[in-house]
Amino acid sequence: MADPNRTVVVTDGSNDASTVSGAATGVQSSPKGEKGAGTDPSKMDQQTLAAVLQFLKNNKLKDAEAALRREAKLPDGNGDSSGSSRVATSGEVSSVLSAYESEGDLARYCEYYNSLSSFIESSLDAHKHELGCLLYPVFIHMYLQLVYNRHEKEAHKFFNRFSVEQEDWHQEDLRTLSTVKTREQMEGNDLMDTFRSSKFVLRMSRDSYQSLRRYLKQNEHRELLSILQDHLFIDVFDGVPRNREQVQATSGAMMGEARRDANKVKVLYGLPKEPDINVPLDDDDEGAEGEDKPKKKKQKKDLLLNKNKKADPNAPPPSRIPLPELKDADKLEKVLSWKEGLKRVPLGRENLPSICFYTLANAYQNVSAVGVSEDSSLLAAGFEDSNVRVWSLSPQRLRTMRNASELDQLDKEADDIVERMMDEKTAADSWLLHGHTGPVYATSFSPDREQLLTSSEDGTVRLWSLHTYSNLVVYKGHNYPVWDVQFSPTGYYFVSGGHDRVARLWGTDQFQPIRMFVGHYSDVTCIQYHPNSNYVATGSSDRTVRLWDVLNGNCVRVMTGHKAAVHTLAWSPDGRYLASAGVDKNVLLWDIAYGRLLAEMKGHTDPIYSLCFSREGSILASGGIDNTVKIWDVQKVFEEIAGSDDLTSLDRASLVEVGSLLLGSFQTKATPVLKLHFSHRNLLLGCGRYQHS
Amino acid sequence: MQNMNDSHAPLPSQQSSETTSASGASASTSGERKFAQIPKESVKAHAESIGISEVSDDVSAMVAEDACYRLREVMQASCQFMRHAKRKRLTAEDFNRALRWSNVEPMYGHNSPDPMVFRPTKDAELYFYEDREINLTEFAMETILPRNPGETTVKAQWLVVEGRDKGAGSSPALSEELVQYYDQVTRAILGGNEQLIKTALADLRTNSRVSALLPYFVYLVGEVKSISHDLEALTRLLQTAQALIQNPHLYLGPYLKQLVASVMYCILEPLAASINPLNDHWALRDYAARLLAQICRSGCMSVEGLQKQLPLALQKVLVDPARPLCSHYGAVVGLTALGSKAVEEVLYPQLGTYWPFLQSWMEDRTISNAQAKADAHRVQGAILSAAELLLKTYQQSSSDPHAESSHESSPNQSPHHPDASDFTIGTFGHLLESSGTAGPNSGGHRRDKGPVPITQMYSDLYSFFGDSLAVRVGNGAPFVPAKEDESDQDVEPIIEAGSSAFPSVQVERADLPPMLTFAGNGQPIDLSSMPSTSEATHTTTGGRRTSKRRQSSKESPKSKRARRAPSMSDIFSLSRASQRRRDIVVNIRGGRQVGKKKTKPGALLGAELSRLCRRVPFVGKRKKVKTLPGKVLQPSMGMLL
Repeated sequence: MADPNRTVVVTDGSNDASTVSGAATGVQSSPKGEKGAGTDPSKMDQQTLAAVLQFLKNNKLKDAEAALRREAKLPDGNGDSSGSSRVATSGEVSSVLSAYESEGDLARYCEYYNSLSSFIESSLDAHKHELGCLLYPVFIHMYLQLVYNRHEKEAHKFFNRFSVEQEDWHQEDLRTLSTVKTREQMEGNDLMDTFRSSKFVLRMSRDSYQSLRRYLKQNEHRELLSILQDHLFIDVFDGVPRNREQVQATSGAMMGEARRDANKVKVLYGLPKEPDINVPLDDDDEGAEGEDKPKKKKQKKDLLLNKNKKADPNAPPPSRIPLPELKDADKLEKVLSWKEGLKRVPLGRENLPSICFYTLANAYQNVSAVGVSEDSSLLAAGFEDSNVRVWSLSPQRLRTMRNASELDQLDKEADDIVERMMDEKTAADSWLLHGHTGPVYATSFSPDREQLLTSSEDGTVRLWSLHTYSNLVVYKGHNYPVWDVQFSPTGYYFVSGGHDRVARLWGTDQFQPIRMFVGHYSDVTCIQYHPNSNYVATGSSDRTVRLWDVLNGNCVRVMTGHKAAVHTLAWSPDGRYLASAGVDKNVLLWDIAYGRLLAEMKGHTDPIYSLCFSREGSILASGGIDNTVKIWDVQKVFEEIAGSDDLTSLDRASLVEVGSLLLGSFQTKATPVLKLHFSHRNLLLGCGRYQHS
Repeated sequence: MQNMNDSHAPLPSQQSSETTSASGASASTSGERKFAQIPKESVKAHAESIGISEVSDDVSAMVAEDACYRLREVMQASCQFMRHAKRKRLTAEDFNRALRWSNVEPMYGHNSPDPMVFRPTKDAELYFYEDREINLTEFAMETILPRNPGETTVKAQWLVVEGRDKGAGSSPALSEELVQYYDQVTRAILGGNEQLIKTALADLRTNSRVSALLPYFVYLVGEVKSISHDLEALTRLLQTAQALIQNPHLYLGPYLKQLVASVMYCILEPLAASINPLNDHWALRDYAARLLAQICRSGCMSVEGLQKQLPLALQKVLVDPARPLCSHYGAVVGLTALGSKAVEEVLYPQLGTYWPFLQSWMEDRTISNAQAKADAHRVQGAILSAAELLLKTYQQSSSDPHAESSHESSPNQSPHHPDASDFTIGTFGHLLESSGTAGPNSGGHRRDKGPVPITQMYSDLYSFFGDSLAVRVGNGAPFVPAKEDESDQDVEPIIEAGSSAFPSVQVERADLPPMLTFAGNGQPIDLSSMPSTSEATHTTTGGRRTSKRRQSSKESPKSKRARRAPSMSDIFSLSRASQRRRDIVVNIRGGRQVGKKKTKPGALLGAELSRLCRRVPFVGKRKKVKTLPGKVLQPSMGMLL
């Protein structure tokens, strides 16, 4: 836990605001402080208590007040009623009773804001950028106070005057905000609720913070003070103030930056030791010629040696999360994928991949989701007309299972029982899956390719059997559009996330979620399961990326830096790095070990909807609705940081200084790139719908 | 909010402006924000329209205010649906979805993929969208059914191969400049101004920036199929193709097949233009064949299988008797263009079956058949040239003992014809020339087989062509393009020994009557006596050849020989069968033979062949052979003139 002294909530400057600093400490020591709900019970209690006391005092109900004080074991209020603190307390109280009630002179808000703004402008260059972050949240809350207190005209004036000064990436939220013009409209506005219930997080060096304190002491702007106190969380660190680039790199999220302690938990990002697979290989080779046998075995052994010479120190213990046991088919699958991996083409800046593009023709209903199976043999597309279609990308056509009576006659002990179960007569190039009642926003194949998950605007997640091409389960729980769903790499578990701001972990055989990952301030837009199945990364339209521990549902990483909604995520094959991208057209690369931003890749001209690391993790491919595929040299970044695992510099987000990482940019004719996938052999597959006109 | 429903519907103009501002998304960062503004007058107007007349200003202002807010809220929500559908354009469907999630009845009838067009009224400041009435009865009785848009399918293609753009899937939007360039060039090419055409083609040949337009030009060339009636335009398009091929900056790659298909179309198809005998479609075919040769030579034939497919495609046309003669002509010319190997492997084995077919055409003397007969003679001439090429190649290879490379590569390696675009009509002599000049490099492996196959081939061919072949092969180098006017009018025949590329044409030009008489003369051929003689000839020559081969060949393909042997005998038997017909042609051409053949038809083959066999060494030696045509032809010319 961080030293409580280091992190201080701004107080009114007088040193005796015990309630407030106590509250701050409470937040800090709360084990789930990083969940950021801002509704810490202990704090609420204290504040409410103080509010009631104040109320009693104001109404001269001295006996009642004294009784309450006794009961709450609070010191006698008469002793410390110095003028300034009383004023502060009264401001605080009103904010509790109603977050935006203010008795102050609202007309002077413009003046206050101007004063703060000119103070920041005149402060030292070193502090300027860190302090600059104050302006946006102060602006927002001042505006909302004005609106809440029915000063619509002033609010409008205030907004028009200062909204243009805010950073570009805030404009989207400001647009949402500007629609709120009356007190009534504040009710039920999601963004409003977020601002009211959560604290905007700022990180600041101690020096900058001191200069802010001095300013606040000099100018006793009560309203400003109360805003800073109630709605902002200033995370103070010791060290050199950050410069403009550093500040900008991590700002942009809806509710400010991540608190420092939010990323302190150790993440076991390593990959577990591969299970020893010896048994099924012999079975597998029975079909092959005898002379081939020893060779294959040898190859496999080599692979095993390469892969798991020693256990990864960062890997979670294998039993940390109960995982489904490997079936024979799964083991066979693993062996086959290793074999395929042997034929892998090494990629790098000298060796760019080949891209095979699958274009969906005649998709007049518009494709809203594309999924490719891990082994690149199946493709599933979700359409806006609620349908899902599955194609085979291999010569193997898609067949359904025989009917029950025929199945009954089969010899269940036969080696090729799975093959026999299939009805050759039903072989088709594609199958259509009906069931959803809204656009399908995500599809995900199970690792064994026997099941398919889809999520839709209708608020449901559906599990389909790829043996019978029928709907097996409907998972209801989100009640709002489900934007993304993904199977865990081991199957069985899956995670879904949607408009309800919650990511849910499910088991395929349970209709209730196993875990709820709560913390995003806005829609969960994308999900990516960590390769070791112990963590889940989520991206959100609150412009943050979070990492959740499947074991306990805790948020273990919060990463800010995106300036607009995140729409796609990708894990590096080694599980340490995460790439994210979205509407802001930038690809960001994160180091999960420390939750820091490594690199920013700019170049796309429209939102990015797909990311994929090559199989060995040396290059990253991104694609979006600007109809281009871009290839990035992430290896360069990894090489750069390999030598400098310097923990001291990690507190400050500093981008790795490398030139442009762009290796290639390839344009399709008129097909948005909705999905990118590297095959086992490192062939890049792209997919999208051909857009005429 | 109940009034939501009431207020947004009649205010399309504001709504549309909102739509644009919202879909313009994050672009509008500063300055004026355009949001839906619904004035209270609109609220009043709408209230009146549904029968509420008394609405106070305050109420309508409040309703308007609230409606605006709801509208904006819904717009923002609908943008989210657009984003998740991975689209750039906001649709009415997105808006409806947002309405549904805020518990509002969606708007119906707006689901068109096209944007709504709003029109202002003239007098009042009122906007409406056109909503024409549909007569349901008519609509239901409509006979024109909407087209089935086709099932959604997945199509795979290479976008990039090892980091290099394939070009097939990706052609970035064309710049204004390029579009203009394309416009100008196409207009010039298809226009009539010679100067412009020249300039345009010259630029196409050299401009390096054409690559972006390559698919469009290839498509343009592909238009040959739709303008097969217009020789002029066809020629222009072929010239365009040629310019593209010659442009060193272009990588034809995936487009080569399309280009070749267009060229092949011009070579082989019975073009609409060929219905009119006045149209010289022959020249077009020759030109297209030259172009084909050029494509082969340009080295971009690496396209898998194309090298093999072309001869096969040509063969298919050649063996199809249902095809018109002009198609056959195209096939022969095309094979000639592909080189001696193609001629040897495709045309030569077919000759036995094809020749009588051709003869039957040439012999039909009915007036109605005159055109076909003329065509047949064309074909014959083309075959003769092909034979000549074949023999030339052999001749070269045998005369040059240091020849290295295989003879089939001759057209590929021959130097570029100096002025290929300036073609002369009705000839492909330059093809022969170019392959002839490539002589030193060609036909290397022929040495293995020794001179006997040449002899064999020559004698085979001679059996078809007679002395005209000797003339052509013998006179050596000067394969000068024919200078005569080849328009098919019956002009005074100009017969010039040695320079005529189409002896058959000469025959054709000789008036019909003499042919009739010749036919009459050919009568006394004793068909029954023929087989034995020629059988003997065949067996002797065949036997000798095999024995020689056994000695010399390293691993002479037995199967090939076995395959060829029957075809040889076919040729012989067929040539025997058609002896009478052939006489006509041969007699006219080779005057010296006329007498002999008429008198000693049976002895002809044997004697002639043995004589030819003896003469073969001379064929290889230019100086001696050069004198030959004069000797042979002089009498015949005398006779004809």
